[in-house]
Amino acid sequence: MNTILTENIGIDNYKYNFRDSEENYVYKAKKGLSKEIVEEISVKLKKEPKWMTEFRLKALDIFYSKPMPNWGNTELLNQINFDDIHYYVKSTEKQGRDWNEVPEEIKKTFDRLGIPEAERKFLAGVTAQYESDVVYHSIREDLEKIGVIFTDMDTGLREYEDIVRKYFGTVIPPTDNKFAALNSAVWSGGSFVYVPKGVHVEIPLQAYFRINTENMGQFERTLIIAEPGSYVHYIEGCTAPTYSSDSLHSAVVELIAMEGAKIRYTTIQNWSNNVYNLVTKRAYAYKNATVEWVDGNLGSKLTMKYPAVYLLGEGARGEILSIAMASTNQHQDAGAKIIHAAPNTSSIITSKSISKNNGRSSYRGLIKVLPGATNCKSHVVCDALLLNTNSRSDTYPTMQVEEQKDVIVEHEATVSKVGEEQLFYLMSRGLSESEAKSMIVNGFVEPFTKELPMEYAVELNKLIQLEMEGAVG
Amino acid sequence: MGPNGSGKSTLSNVIMGHPKYKITKGKIFFKGEDITELSPDQRAKKGIFLAFQYPLSIPGVRIFNFLKNMLSSIRGEEIPVSEFKKLLKEKMKLLDIKQSFIKRYLNDGFSGGEKKRNEILQMALFEPKLALLDETDSGLDVTALKTVCEGINKIINNDMSVIIITHYKRMLEYVRPQFVHVIMDGKIVKSGNEELVEKIDSQGYDWLKVSSEEILTTV
Repeated sequence: MNTILTENIGIDNYKYNFRDSEENYVYKAKKGLSKEIVEEISVKLKKEPKWMTEFRLKALDIFYSKPMPNWGNTELLNQINFDDIHYYVKSTEKQGRDWNEVPEEIKKTFDRLGIPEAERKFLAGVTAQYESDVVYHSIREDLEKIGVIFTDMDTGLREYEDIVRKYFGTVIPPTDNKFAALNSAVWSGGSFVYVPKGVHVEIPLQAYFRINTENMGQFERTLIIAEPGSYVHYIEGCTAPTYSSDSLHSAVVELIAMEGAKIRYTTIQNWSNNVYNLVTKRAYAYKNATVEWVDGNLGSKLTMKYPAVYLLGEGARGEILSIAMASTNQHQDAGAKIIHAAPNTSSIITSKSISKNNGRSSYRGLIKVLPGATNCKSHVVCDALLLNTNSRSDTYPTMQVEEQKDVIVEHEATVSKVGEEQLFYLMSRGLSESEAKSMIVNGFVEPFTKELPMEYAVELNKLIQLEMEGAVG
Repeated sequence: MGPNGSGKSTLSNVIMGHPKYKITKGKIFFKGEDITELSPDQRAKKGIFLAFQYPLSIPGVRIFNFLKNMLSSIRGEEIPVSEFKKLLKEKMKLLDIKQSFIKRYLNDGFSGGEKKRNEILQMALFEPKLALLDETDSGLDVTALKTVCEGINKIINNDMSVIIITHYKRMLEYVRPQFVHVIMDGKIVKSGNEELVEKIDSQGYDWLKVSSEEILTTV
């Protein structure tokens, strides 16, 4: 007789297992971290203003002085060798403004990742981060006309220094955590977005990120400021080729939504399974502002990421919708944080995780209601789906409610397994076991995918299908 | 037909290839071919269809997508959307199913009647050579039963064999059987025609139990 659950699904190979020749790097910093390296990046290579160099050096001191986190997957965290990482790599000298200027080699890679299609569909301008720097950058003319700034962070610092200086590091200071300090010291690339008062950016702004050099660190830095009554949707998607040794990705993303503004930030990350993905994402939402994090995490060796919204003004709203998929030897430690710091604020957290083979997914969440934040509502839903008997899912919800008046904080959690009966039902309709599994998993993440632009949803469904087939590569 | 626990559903599950059951003795032949070792999807592709007694819900999967996948799998090639839409519309009309139905998630939050009707819609698209209807009548009120049975009658054709598993006469009044078998303790103990249904309906199964015990004692 056929057995459904005991059948081996296969080894996880990575889909995008290719790389470009390395001769094309214009500059590659030597491995390791030091004051000299930071100065070299800031002063010599980027010719940054003095305050930024000082900011970096101070952050470096903070990085040295802070211990590694003593929570999360400390075993994996402690395996990171900070001396074995390149902290700055530059792949081409010049920034390309239109597609024709982008080097063929890089285009080829983007082609394989299906990026040009998205580029054609969304003319919003793509900031594609290839290595630690931006190679291709275009801003749609009408964006410029309405005063929207969408550029890479380095250009942002050069051309809009006053705005950057005012907000940079204010939401996530270097003192926040060890990896925020590291990013602050060696950051490179990322996006800078500024939306003027009352402006609605109708098309999503997109950026693509990729890690390509062995042992290379990628420390992008993103800052989005939405002035009162404005709206912007920012999308980033990542995919990385497989390499044998570990790679560290440690980004910092700061969002500021002024009164009545709305920011949606969508991320799909699919790191190869040697990557440490340790990201700090935080948003400030002022009066009647809304911030939505839509966050999809696939791949990586260890992801630790807890998008946060600080509800600072009355009537502010925060929503965090996330999925995490942990396959063989992967740990997705993801979650969400909401701080209710003003009255009449509300938040919704929906977290969905899938664990396959010995993969482990954890939900780590914090809901905090500060004194005086009356009439607050928070609703948290955590659903975990286990595909194998050795898959693992944990939930670590924390609730700190310091105000009692009209405060409602709810938490729901479910854990389900892909059942033999469900598989049998679908297989009796002619679907193979892997087709049946991907149908169940895609259904499970549907509340997430339906929030994505079409190409991303299709891509995510495909990735899940490939994961379920096990014969990826 | 047969009393509770006599092995009716087990039979249909085993024919469909449910992994929970292990065949210790014997083989299953379908159209002269040994299918004992085939997986459920391979059996489905041979033309075997099981309408579940308790259809499973798959949240997040829209019926339209599910049915399109099902049909593509059965045919062994991707069915074009336009062709599928036309076919689906036709079958839904046949079974008096509303258009909004296909946008819902598969069996998610369905009433008993909706689930059963969905099974028959699947059967209509599937066009099986052998259909196993496992207590398709259970959980249906009189009106729903009538609709479902009328649908089944429209689907059935001369190239299709149908095994109906039921406790009650009422379904068989709509879908008239050519043969009636009674199963008890995993064995067929009595075969006949529609008259056998009448007798079971008025007298139950006890008289069969007695006779089977008698057979044993006399042997």
